[in-house]
Amino acid sequence: MQNQSNYIVEVTDLKKSYEKVDAVKGVSFSVSKGELFGLIGPDGAGKTSIFRILTTLMFPTDGQVSVLDFDVIKDYKKIRSNIGYMPQRFSLYQDLSVEENLAFFARIFGTTIEENYDLIKDIYVQIEPFKDRLAGKLSGGMKQKLALCCALIHSPDVLILDEPTTGVDAVSRKEFWEMLIRLKDKGITILVSTPYMDEANLCDRVALIQNGEIMSIDTPEKVIENFGRKLWAVKSDKIYQLIKDLKSLEFVDTVFPFGEFLHITLKTEDLNQDELISILTENNHKGIQIQVIEANIEDCFMQLMSTSE
Amino acid sequence: MNRFIGFVKKEFHHIFRDSQTMLILFGMPIAQILIFGYIVSNEINDVKIGIYDKSQDHITHEITNKITASGFFILHENLNSEKEIEKAFKRGIIREVIVFEPNFAEKLERDGTAGIQIIADASDVNTANIVSNYTKAIINSYVKNELFTQGLPFEIIPEVRMLYNDELKGVYMFVPGTMALILMLVSAMMTSISIAREKELGTMEILLVSPLKPLPIVIGKVIPYMALSFVNAIVIIALSYFVFEMPIQGSLIFLLAETLLFIFMALSLGILISTVSNNQMVAMFISMFALLLPTILLSGFIFPIENMPKILQWISSIMPARYFIVIVKNIMIKGSGIGVIWKETLILVGMTIFFLGMSIKKFKVRLE
Repeated sequence: MQNQSNYIVEVTDLKKSYEKVDAVKGVSFSVSKGELFGLIGPDGAGKTSIFRILTTLMFPTDGQVSVLDFDVIKDYKKIRSNIGYMPQRFSLYQDLSVEENLAFFARIFGTTIEENYDLIKDIYVQIEPFKDRLAGKLSGGMKQKLALCCALIHSPDVLILDEPTTGVDAVSRKEFWEMLIRLKDKGITILVSTPYMDEANLCDRVALIQNGEIMSIDTPEKVIENFGRKLWAVKSDKIYQLIKDLKSLEFVDTVFPFGEFLHITLKTEDLNQDELISILTENNHKGIQIQVIEANIEDCFMQLMSTSE
Repeated sequence: MNRFIGFVKKEFHHIFRDSQTMLILFGMPIAQILIFGYIVSNEINDVKIGIYDKSQDHITHEITNKITASGFFILHENLNSEKEIEKAFKRGIIREVIVFEPNFAEKLERDGTAGIQIIADASDVNTANIVSNYTKAIINSYVKNELFTQGLPFEIIPEVRMLYNDELKGVYMFVPGTMALILMLVSAMMTSISIAREKELGTMEILLVSPLKPLPIVIGKVIPYMALSFVNAIVIIALSYFVFEMPIQGSLIFLLAETLLFIFMALSLGILISTVSNNQMVAMFISMFALLLPTILLSGFIFPIENMPKILQWISSIMPARYFIVIVKNIMIKGSGIGVIWKETLILVGMTIFFLGMSIKKFKVRLE
C-alpha cells in the first residue's frame, strides 16, 4: 500500500456506522507533514470515531484511510508503533506516580525517559516537582501535561490528541496549546480535536464537523473570510425578551446568544444601525447596544450548521 | 522482555496500592474459613449404599428390603469381604456400607440381640451423619413394628463407624470448598476486573496502540494474580493444617500441582470474562453471578450434589469447582493419588484449554 504521497494522513470518503447510528457519513481530508490540524465540532459530531479509526482501534465501515502511507486495516501494526495517541478519557494510571507512569509508557514503547527527554523536557519540567505524586492526585491541567508526555515519550511521527483540553481550566488550556505549537515546530504532525471554537485559531487548518459530516476545511482565516456577511452584536437589558423579539422580526436571519451579546445576521443589507435601534426601542427595550463585528470561528460554525440543516 | 517485566511490575503496583484488593486477597481466606465453619444440615435421597451380609437369612433380607424400599437408599452393590468395603469407598460411588454379623437371625432368636455395623464415608461429614441416622431410624422402626408386634423382646444394636474422618470434623468438608471459592474469586474475578479497568479508564486504548502485543498484555495481567492465588492456597492449607488440624494424607506436592492447575483454569476463565465485559461493573457482575454463586451452591461445597434435582446436577457438572473439591478431598482426606482422580484432573485440563482458546479467539486488538 505504498502510494507515494506528501500526506501524513489521508482520509477518503470515510464512513463509520454503529448499530443504530451513522457516526461518520463520508468524510475526506488530508494532513500534510508538520501540520497542526484541528477537528472542530460539538460532542457527538464523530471526532472520536474518526480518531479511533486513524489509530487503528476501529475498522472503517467504508472508505480509504491511510496514516504515514500505511493502510489502517492491513498495516495496523506499523501505524501503531509510529503514532502517539492520547484518548479522550485517558486518565493514566491513577495509582501510579507521575514518574512511574512515564517510565511505564517509555518501557512498553521500548525506550527510556532519558532517550527522548529532549522532546518532553519543556513539558516535563512543569510537572517534575510533583513526580512522586500519584497521577490520580494531579489537577486536570497537570494530568493532561503528563498524558502528553506519555504520548510523546517514544518520539512518534504523528500525534493524535482526542479532546485534550476538555475539562481543563483556561490557563492550562492556553499553556497546553503553546506546547502543541512548540511540538509542531519540532516537525511533529499533530491532529487534535476540540469542542472549543476559540482553539481553532491556533491550528494551521481546521475541519468543522457536525453530525458526521465535514462542513468546511480551511485555514482559520479563510473560514472566517468565507463568512461573507455582516454580523451584528446586539445587547439589551432584557436579553431573553430580545432573543424572542429578534426571532419574530421578519428581516432577521439568525440569532445566536454569545456571552452577554446576541450575534445576529440579517436577510437584508439595507438596514443600518439606527434603524435597528429604533425598531428595538419600539419593542420596549432599554440599554440597547449594537455594533457590527467581525465573525469568529463559532459564528462560522453556527452559520454552516444552520445552512446544512 | 524488558517491556513485559515493566508491565508485570506495574500490575504489582496496582495490587499493592489498592487496600481493597489487598483485603480481598489476604483478608478473605481467613474470614471465609471461619464463616464456613458452620454448615447447615440437609436432606438426603437416593444415596448409593453397599451391603455386606455375612448372614444371608430371612431377617437380614427383610431389613435390607426395608432400607432399599425407604426411598432414601439405592443398593448399589453386594459386598463379600471386608477388603471390598475399603475398595468400594475408594471408588467414591457409595456413601455407606451396612454389615450384618454372621448368623444374624439365629443370634437374634437365641440371645435376643444382634449387631449391625453402619460404615459411612465421612469425608463429607454432613452426608455421613445424615445417612447413618436415617439408616438407624429405619432399623429401629423395623425392630419396633415387626419384631415387637410378634411379641418378641428383640434388640438390634447398630454400631456406626465413620470412615476417613472419624472425628466428624466439618472443617474437612469446607476447606476444599473454601479453597475452590477463594481461588475462583481471586483468580477469575480479580483478573477480569483488572483487565476491564484498563478498558474503562481508556488505558487499554494506549496499550493496544503500543507495540506491546495482546498475549504479553494478558500474561502480564495474569502472572501477579497467579502468584498471589498460589500464596493464598498455601495460606488456606496451612490454616486448615495448623489451626483445624486437618490431615494431608496424600502428597503435598501433588496437592499443590492440582491447585496450580485449578488457578490456571480460573485465570483463563477470568480473561474470558474480561473479553466480553467493557467495564469493571459488568466484569464484577458476571463473576459474581456466573461464578461465585454457582460455585457456592452447585459445586457440592454446601449442598450434596446427589440431593439436587436432576437439572441442577447437570449444571453442576460444568462447575470447575466441583471437580477441584473432589480432587482436594481425595488427596487431603483419603490420600489418593492420580490413579483415583485422573478423570477430574483431565476435566480441569480440558476446561482450561477451552477457556484459554475462547479468550484468545475473542481478545480484540481493536475496540470493537
